[in-house]
Amino acid sequence: MIGADTIIQGVLLGGLYALFAAGLSLVFGIMRLVNLAHGDLIVLAAYLLLVVTTALGLGPFVALLVAAPAMFVIGWTLQRVVLNRVLGPDILPPLLVTFGLSVVLQNALLEGFTNDSRRLRAGPLETASVDLGVAMVGVMPLMTFASAVAVILALQWLFYRTELGRAFRATSDDPVTASLMGVKPASIFATATGIAMLVVTIAALFLGTRANFDPTIGPARLIYAFQAVIIGGLGSLWGTLAGGVIIGVAQTVGAAINPEWQILAGHIAFLAVLLIRPRGLFPRAVD
Amino acid sequence: MAQLETRGLTARYGDFQALFGIDLTLDEGETIAIIGANGAGKTTLLRSIAGVLRQDPGMVRFDGQDIGHLPADEIMARGIAMVPEGRKLFPSLSVEENLLIGAYGRKVGGAWTPDAIYDLFPILKERRNNPGTALSGGQQQMVAIGRALMSNPRVLLCDEISLGLAPVVIRDIYAALPRIRESGASVVVVEQDIGTALKVAGRVYCIMEGRVTLEGTPDTVSRDDIHRAYFGAAA
Repeated sequence: MIGADTIIQGVLLGGLYALFAAGLSLVFGIMRLVNLAHGDLIVLAAYLLLVVTTALGLGPFVALLVAAPAMFVIGWTLQRVVLNRVLGPDILPPLLVTFGLSVVLQNALLEGFTNDSRRLRAGPLETASVDLGVAMVGVMPLMTFASAVAVILALQWLFYRTELGRAFRATSDDPVTASLMGVKPASIFATATGIAMLVVTIAALFLGTRANFDPTIGPARLIYAFQAVIIGGLGSLWGTLAGGVIIGVAQTVGAAINPEWQILAGHIAFLAVLLIRPRGLFPRAVD
Repeated sequence: MAQLETRGLTARYGDFQALFGIDLTLDEGETIAIIGANGAGKTTLLRSIAGVLRQDPGMVRFDGQDIGHLPADEIMARGIAMVPEGRKLFPSLSVEENLLIGAYGRKVGGAWTPDAIYDLFPILKERRNNPGTALSGGQQQMVAIGRALMSNPRVLLCDEISLGLAPVVIRDIYAALPRIRESGASVVVVEQDIGTALKVAGRVYCIMEGRVTLEGTPDTVSRDDIHRAYFGAAA
């Protein structure tokens, strides 16, 4: 039966998809770079959290404080050393390089951690729930959604209220003119990817505590993230949240009708939105 | 010693050579004009000075130091700001944000603050929260000039700031030039409008096909000299 409960669970699941998508949206918005390794980077961050929790005996939320800065450095270095070299008028080289990176990450993780399913343990929080009146909802899904909103608020503040955000938008508009303002596009891009990796680590935390993960699940996370970004409209962070929620709700409603339809329903919702609004719901970017 | 000079500056785009050894000097506090026809190399010259195009180190010297090889952001940090051809405002930024980002790479303090820019171009204050690209061409040019001034530059490079604007608007914009000079900045104006160039500049260079064909003060160069330097020898 499709009731309020199904819808609420779908909205909360949408928070997870929005977290997957926010980093992708950020990177695409600033440098028109489609990072095909985004999903695998989420999985990499999940393994990093796993290593920190097991090696240091920390809970996953505390481990975030260690893993997130490490992922920032990884993202910054990746952009500086690899991706900046392939950015240019031709969009194909970055696609090929990030596709290759995706393959490398999957195989490196397979080599390092085997194909066993792993998960992050959050203790009693995993089963805790609260009664919202219309439905019982898990504390973890609520936290996931709240984190998605918080991440988007933070990115929104960064983009529209800070000097760095102005530099992000100016570089996105026109890197050559931005350099006449003293902006170094190469370092702006590296910072942006670093920040995207902070978001990726938060996404990985909720991915790993919600369900199992193994080295091969990255590409599917990339698809959900992509769909959320496209549904929301390129360049709109709130649109990305809306896109995540639409996919989340479609999936839970689809699963409520027939469990086989869960993933399919999300894809159909994506296509339906594109039919009605080919540029997404809240497009900002003009290209 | 000149504040800014180019020595045998050459520039090329692939196989096409745009500049063939340009020598020019700019003294502190001076205003010079660079005139020439379309495609003469005026914009290439400014872009080479500003670091958008990088050349050999010694081809551009500023304060006696070689800067020809430096990237745009480092040249801007040293105090050379450019108003680019076609204004190039950032569409994602409001008028005020366009001004603020002008100081991104150089925060030295000085005469130019957003309030000082609004004082210079009062219309911009009313439109401060509009997107930069929602303004008229003349107002956009004011934003582009204000944006460059925000870094309190020691040298201001202006690339065809009258391009595509009505004469009355051009007059308004050039009326700001004396106050820009009072702030201590030296100014390089690239102009196709010879009359305007001769009016504002202390010295003028004419460029044709990548070479300096005429150099002098406005009262020593005649219209005939300019005509020859602009279009080549009379057929």
